[in-house]
Amino acid sequence: MELNGAQIVIQSLKDEGVEYIFGYPGGAVLHLYDAIFQQDDVKHILVRHEQGATHAADGYARATGKPGVVLVTSGPGATNAVTGIATAYMDSIPMVIISGQVPSPVIGSDAFQEVDMVGITRPCVKHNFLVKDVSKLAETIKKAFHVATTGRPGPVVIDIPKDITDPRIKVSYKYPKKVTIRSYNPEVNGDKEQIKKAVELLLTAQKPIIYSGGGVVLGEASKELINFAQTLGFPVTNTLMGLGAYPATDKQFVGMLGMHGTYEANMAMHESDVIIAIGARFDDRVTGKLDEFCPYAQIIHIDVDPASISKTVKVAIPVVGDVKPVLKQMLELIKDSKKKPSKKALESWWNQIDQWRAVQCLEYDRESRLIKPQYVIEQLYQVTKGEAYVTSDVGQHQMWAAQYYPFDKPRRWINSGGLGTMGFGLPAAIGVKLAFPDSDVACVTGDASIQMCIQELSTALQYKTPVKIINLNNSYMGMVRQWQEFSYESRYSHSYMDTIPEFVKLAEAYGHVGMRVDKPEDVRPALEEAFAMKDRTVFMDILTDRTENVYPMIESGKGHHDMTLRVAPGTSTDRELA
Amino acid sequence: MKHIISILIENEAGALSRVAGLFSARGYNIESLTVAVTEDPSLSRMTLVTRGSEDVIEQITKQLNKLIDVVKLIDLAESVHIERELMMVKIKTTGQSREEIRSMADIFRGKILDVTPTSYVVEMTGPSSKLDAFIAAIAPDSLIEVVRSGATGISRGEQGLHL
Ligand SMILES: Cc1cc2nc3c(=O)[nH]c(=O)nc-3n(C[C@H](O)[C@H](O)[C@H](O)COP(=O)(O)OP(=O)(O)OC[C@H]3O[C@@H](n4cnc5c(N)ncnc54)[C@H](O)[C@@H]3O)c2cc1C
Ligand SMILES: Cc1ncc(C[n+]2csc(CCOP(=O)(O)OP(=O)(O)O)c2C)c(N)n1
Ligand SMILES: [Mg+2]
Repeated sequence: MELNGAQIVIQSLKDEGVEYIFGYPGGAVLHLYDAIFQQDDVKHILVRHEQGATHAADGYARATGKPGVVLVTSGPGATNAVTGIATAYMDSIPMVIISGQVPSPVIGSDAFQEVDMVGITRPCVKHNFLVKDVSKLAETIKKAFHVATTGRPGPVVIDIPKDITDPRIKVSYKYPKKVTIRSYNPEVNGDKEQIKKAVELLLTAQKPIIYSGGGVVLGEASKELINFAQTLGFPVTNTLMGLGAYPATDKQFVGMLGMHGTYEANMAMHESDVIIAIGARFDDRVTGKLDEFCPYAQIIHIDVDPASISKTVKVAIPVVGDVKPVLKQMLELIKDSKKKPSKKALESWWNQIDQWRAVQCLEYDRESRLIKPQYVIEQLYQVTKGEAYVTSDVGQHQMWAAQYYPFDKPRRWINSGGLGTMGFGLPAAIGVKLAFPDSDVACVTGDASIQMCIQELSTALQYKTPVKIINLNNSYMGMVRQWQEFSYESRYSHSYMDTIPEFVKLAEAYGHVGMRVDKPEDVRPALEEAFAMKDRTVFMDILTDRTENVYPMIESGKGHHDMTLRVAPGTSTDRELA
Repeated sequence: MKHIISILIENEAGALSRVAGLFSARGYNIESLTVAVTEDPSLSRMTLVTRGSEDVIEQITKQLNKLIDVVKLIDLAESVHIERELMMVKIKTTGQSREEIRSMADIFRGKILDVTPTSYVVEMTGPSSKLDAFIAAIAPDSLIEVVRSGATGISRGEQGLHL
């Protein structure tokens, strides 16, 4: 088959099984847009800002496990995409971003809308390519998908100069079924000896804990994790990125760990003698002060990326490999072993954990006359029967969503953890809704975050993606205000905006339904009403207690055993802010 | 401790900047870096000298290996190896000191490449420490210019770094 470069790109995407491209046109990609126009197989979603395209593709990828695809023009189109590329990179999300570039002959001449996209994105992509020869285009695209989706996933940029997509230049096209890259062979199975050593250690543990993360979601290993944990009877804690990989409503789940994790999860980590980290990367939000991190524990770490191992915390038994096959092998060894986990030791360990649980670290004032954000999330959980896809932005609302919506399935909780990108939630929700049109999709956001990609409300109307926006409106950058309260004697420097738009009117202006909720008793009925409107995007502006803070918390420079708990329900809230 | 890391990398535009970018982004130091294409034109060989604790060196090698363009690498410090660096030094020299410099160059097995009434250019190869020693032996105010290639290295014995 003879095709021109633009056709090759679109045909390659089709052959790769791509459903959606999220993009925005411009000079350098006009040939590509013309090729898009002439076919219906790959659907194009026109966003309102390139950042929105990246987050929407990212949300799609997180919900489906399939790579998200983005198309942007050169120069400003490309730079607008960078935040979203970095967001995907930090959370290891598979994406392929195609950026237009000025024609090859003028590269380097400061041509109109020229930026060095390969240079700009180098530190925040898994890999990137500049295509110099149209006959290499199909192979490059195949390589990009291969790199993006294997090993530790991540975004890959393909920068395509305009002359490469010239409709007049045709070459023979064949999409490669497979590519090999001699310098890229991620380890899959893990070392047998290391796996054996790990199992031996696990079976001698007295106070074990499973610390699992985003790698279990990315590696589709939720089932294996559940089998593994339930065979051993060990407690399980998840990172923010791992939520849902182990069912939150199961009795072995002790909640999220880390800065805003539960008291029981952090105490259990601190006191444990054996930790198995599964697809988790010892992020600083998780470890707290490194010198005080898990002083009594021997650590086993399973990760596909050797660089994640012993990066911040030294581990005793590293296992480099894909979580799924490694967990399967471990489980077999455990089942075949004569040695069993000590019943007695586990029983007293669980007794200890139950005492920590009795602290009820997530309790809050349920009598308040103000709407408590935690209550909104609990009601959201009930109204959606725990089955919704929940995206979030960044801030207090993100932590409350993570704490009060127990996710039982992987890929339901969709948030920017590593980069913490405000503006992620709404476009991500649109991407999710496109992938799962029959499921409930909620975007839990805040009054500041939502304004960072609010323009995507227009995209939501065009493509009929009826998501429900739950704006926990505290008229503050609550997370910033909280830190200023804890560390800067409540000097609220610029964590407040004097003018917050009337979100209801704004939603209506974009053609959606707007609702304003300001009484606790209205929360439940309003949510029910909103979710009953199956074909409408609803913006719920919920006025919450402005003074509420996220608890518990490990303050900066402290260890897991040194959590700040809510003083007593009611006393730290319902107060006037200074 | 000093480590000499030898890298086989795809001979492609941008490969060098991926390595250099990695070092600056992660705050590792590069003492020297040399690159040239190998007998296989699709591959370049890069020799990188860096310093750091064992933990830092471990991260450096892991992060380098993670770059898609890196085919293979070894840390030469882990085995018996030969290290060589090329240096050219331009030295201001007149009268009596000319003889002194010449014999000094001899002691260090250097070669004099260029002679003018007032200067010499001395060429020397060896481990970087030897070149340091030569520089230290020359009076600082007579040094006009020092050009060093940065170290390269190869392991001893039959084993080699190749595909
Ligand atoms: C305001 C805010 C507060 C936060 N507070 C917390 C908090 O309290 N607690 C918390 O946990 N986080 C918190 N975070 C998130 C935090 O910043 C990190 O994003 C998160 O902890 C990282 O999760 P993870 O360790 O699961 O790693 P991920 O970033 O999900 O990385 C996954 C790891 O698994 C590996 N991997 C990927 N695929 C596979 C595979 N197939 N097989 C094996 N390994 C694989 C990767 O190499 C990587 O090492 C917060 C973020 C924000 C914005
Ligand atoms: C793009 C971006 N800029 C700045 C920040 C720093 N930041 C983290 S949380 C936050 C405030 C978020 O406020 P809001 O969306 O209202 O959420 P709340 O904390 O009030 O729930 C800010 C400014 C960020 N994470 N992302
Ligand atoms: Mg707010």
